[in-house]
Amino acid sequence: MSEATPEFPQEIERQEMVVDIACVGFGPAMGGFLTTLTREMAANPGEVAMESKAAPGMPLQVLCYERADDISAGVSGVVTRGKAIRESFPELNPSEIPMAVPVKQEKVLYLLDPIGASRRGFILRAGDAAIRALRSLLPVEHDALDLPFTPEFLQKHGGLLMSVGQFNQWVGGHLMTTGLAQVWPGTPVSTALFDGKAVVGVRLADQGVDRQGNPDACYMPGMDVRAQLTVVGDGPVGAVGRSINEKLGMPNGHAQHEWAVGMKIAVELPEDTPLEAGTVWHMFGYPEPEIFGFLYVHPDRLASVGIFVPSWLANPTRSSYRYLQHFMEHPYLWRYLKDGTMRSWGAKSLQESGLSGEPFLAGDGFARIGEGSGSTNMLTGSGVDEAWATGVQLAEAVAELLRAGKPFSRENLEAAYVQRRRASWVNRGAEAAKNARTGFHIGMGHGLAGMAVAGLTSGKLSLNRKIPPAHKQIDKLKKFYSARLKPEQIQKAISDAAAGGRSLHDALMNACGWPEIEYDGKLLVPHQDALLMGGKVQAASGFADHVIFRNPQLCVTCEERTCIAMCSGQAITQGEGSVPAFDREKCVHCGACLWNCTQSPDGENSNIEFRAGAGGLHSAEN
Amino acid sequence: MANSFHIVVCASIVPDPLQTLEPITGPTGPGLKSEMNLPAVLDPWAACALYEAASLATKHPGSKVWLVSMGPKAKLQQVMMTVAQKVPFELVAVDGPIGGFTDAHATAAVLAETIAAIPGLDREHLLLFGGWESASRGAGVTMQIIGERLEITDQFQGVDQITINNDGSFTILERVEGGKHQVSTCAGTPALLGWATGELPEPRNNPQVGMANMRGVMPALQKAKSAKLDANGLSYVSVSLPKQRRETRLVKDMPEDEIAREIVQWIAE
Repeated sequence: MSEATPEFPQEIERQEMVVDIACVGFGPAMGGFLTTLTREMAANPGEVAMESKAAPGMPLQVLCYERADDISAGVSGVVTRGKAIRESFPELNPSEIPMAVPVKQEKVLYLLDPIGASRRGFILRAGDAAIRALRSLLPVEHDALDLPFTPEFLQKHGGLLMSVGQFNQWVGGHLMTTGLAQVWPGTPVSTALFDGKAVVGVRLADQGVDRQGNPDACYMPGMDVRAQLTVVGDGPVGAVGRSINEKLGMPNGHAQHEWAVGMKIAVELPEDTPLEAGTVWHMFGYPEPEIFGFLYVHPDRLASVGIFVPSWLANPTRSSYRYLQHFMEHPYLWRYLKDGTMRSWGAKSLQESGLSGEPFLAGDGFARIGEGSGSTNMLTGSGVDEAWATGVQLAEAVAELLRAGKPFSRENLEAAYVQRRRASWVNRGAEAAKNARTGFHIGMGHGLAGMAVAGLTSGKLSLNRKIPPAHKQIDKLKKFYSARLKPEQIQKAISDAAAGGRSLHDALMNACGWPEIEYDGKLLVPHQDALLMGGKVQAASGFADHVIFRNPQLCVTCEERTCIAMCSGQAITQGEGSVPAFDREKCVHCGACLWNCTQSPDGENSNIEFRAGAGGLHSAEN
Repeated sequence: MANSFHIVVCASIVPDPLQTLEPITGPTGPGLKSEMNLPAVLDPWAACALYEAASLATKHPGSKVWLVSMGPKAKLQQVMMTVAQKVPFELVAVDGPIGGFTDAHATAAVLAETIAAIPGLDREHLLLFGGWESASRGAGVTMQIIGERLEITDQFQGVDQITINNDGSFTILERVEGGKHQVSTCAGTPALLGWATGELPEPRNNPQVGMANMRGVMPALQKAKSAKLDANGLSYVSVSLPKQRRETRLVKDMPEDEIAREIVQWIAE
């Protein structure tokens, strides 16, 4: 059993259930899988191939377990070309899905720094100065340059702007109506069950345990669910996908080193807003050059506004929440957002390694789909449609194998699923994107140049640079701030934070010239209020802590404390004895702590273990 | 069948109380903004009643639990994904409107009629359970009217405990003012109990319970009758929700006594 797999005393007697197909994680990929599979099951009623082996005489027994308390608790306003989704639903009418609308207008904006606190290098500053000097000739207003065109690889014209939470709810509703698949939210899955290298099912998380996982009141050991096929769609930080990675390793040369956390707010715009539903803005340049941002306008004056904070932003005290507030306050955006109200808020990690981070897609008894399988295309900034497509491909493969009477062996799944995926537009896009972002960890200029070259040549040309593990992309605290702050300023911030006063990242950002956020109580609110107003975060009792500091001694000697700064829900805080404290009831399960840790016990993985856990966001408007 | 019960639990769905709820006036009357978009849950008060019913049924072999729920089918289906994992029950679904600002008399009429039509329901052994209050839509009288329509005269509200006695009677603890309970003894079924929080923790999610329940849930949803609630000429002067007030200040090193004093003053306002 691997280190990341919770250890259970062998004598614990567990309930066991046998099904045909056990699925983990209900997102767009699983939506695509179950939608397609249930259609195949319903195509020829009574078809012998679609009968259950686990329950003879019944249809295939297909169960899906979702960690979140509701299948609508997704975290993303998303703009997608919607190619695969429309293929599944040719008559799709976006008005049937709350918050969905066709993309009507799209543009790319380069945001200048209006306050002078952003960490810009000499070349970027010179470029900014030139833009300002030529403002009468260029489309510059409110400190933003409106790029004259949207690169083809970024364009989403004809696509859909949606809330993933609402989309999941809509798909789930259709699915459940068929009666051919069951989706169970509020059910974290702790690990895959192995027989040698074969996956033979999954183990649900123990309930009725204390924070350390020891049996407590109403103890109920997690059930073992055995299945011919386990479909893994639990996302980039999912416990089952990671347990398989740890058991089987990664394919030669593959590693998941590139990450980002996406944090967004769903904003109810003022009544007199001129922004039309279907508006899409892609933005970059501010609050830090490495941070990309977006604004999507949904129907009914609702907008999604957010940023992506990448692993290659070397700042050890990066803080998504504060950066997001500064982003919203940029003059170009604030004129539309002022007097807006926060309706929802959330965050999630994105696995941005693409093909370079692709794990084994199939093995004996299992197949992987969606973001955790490396399907996200970071050149086009698209993941939902690709995830959906991989689910569809697997379902087609599963139906093919069932009808051929073939078992779900590695060879059969490779032939039916992996080859299907390799021959598809998803893989062609992934190939084009493979090295598109390899320059960013060197610098913003390298990154943008590499992305442009890869994008304009469909990946034929690119900067082929090796990306180091996420923990090595973070600078040491004193090194990072040495160019901007005096040693005594840095030391004072560290001392204040250690004494339990102001957080380290706030103190250092203030010292660098970032102004305090003036809260308006509606949209600009303290981080903790965002949990209440926007995230509605809660966690059911009786589950163990899912964030574990593997080697606490490494935390004691850590100066950076990036895990605290980047914790989306302020669930990780300064703890007693220098080891950070974790509060499960504030965790939004973004998984950012997993890769926002500068310490590594083994040189590859960070010092934080992210297990299966219950609870999190209770918002469907994300 | 000694001391076995037929327990019918009336439980509506409500927007997850963690959501920001905002009353609006729509074409059909008052409602909540974007209510169809919000995640729904089984009304927490009624959920306590369901857990108590399941516990009682477990202790008294031969008993059976029905869950009668009215709401839009799609929302009911979504809520059942979670509720069905908790305890065994048979769902009786009514496809009704969303929104809590419906006439309690009209709602009670539909629910009473639905309960009366449950096949095999033994009214001599009937315990009718529901929530004493509601998280977001407490008319406060719906359960009583259902009871009256079903001619159940023994009614108890704010119930925290029921103890079944050997002779078939039962002892009930009802909440009264001052944090105390009133103890009543009821000779036997049928009876109506509007539950407060009860005494049981929320049951753990059990996949096997879910699998068993779901065999009945989907057919129940498919055959759910559509209910139109007759407003009987009712018009609303105003509706309101429990008020939330939040004032955040960041302070440090404040003595506990000072914090307590401020909170007391804040509440007094």
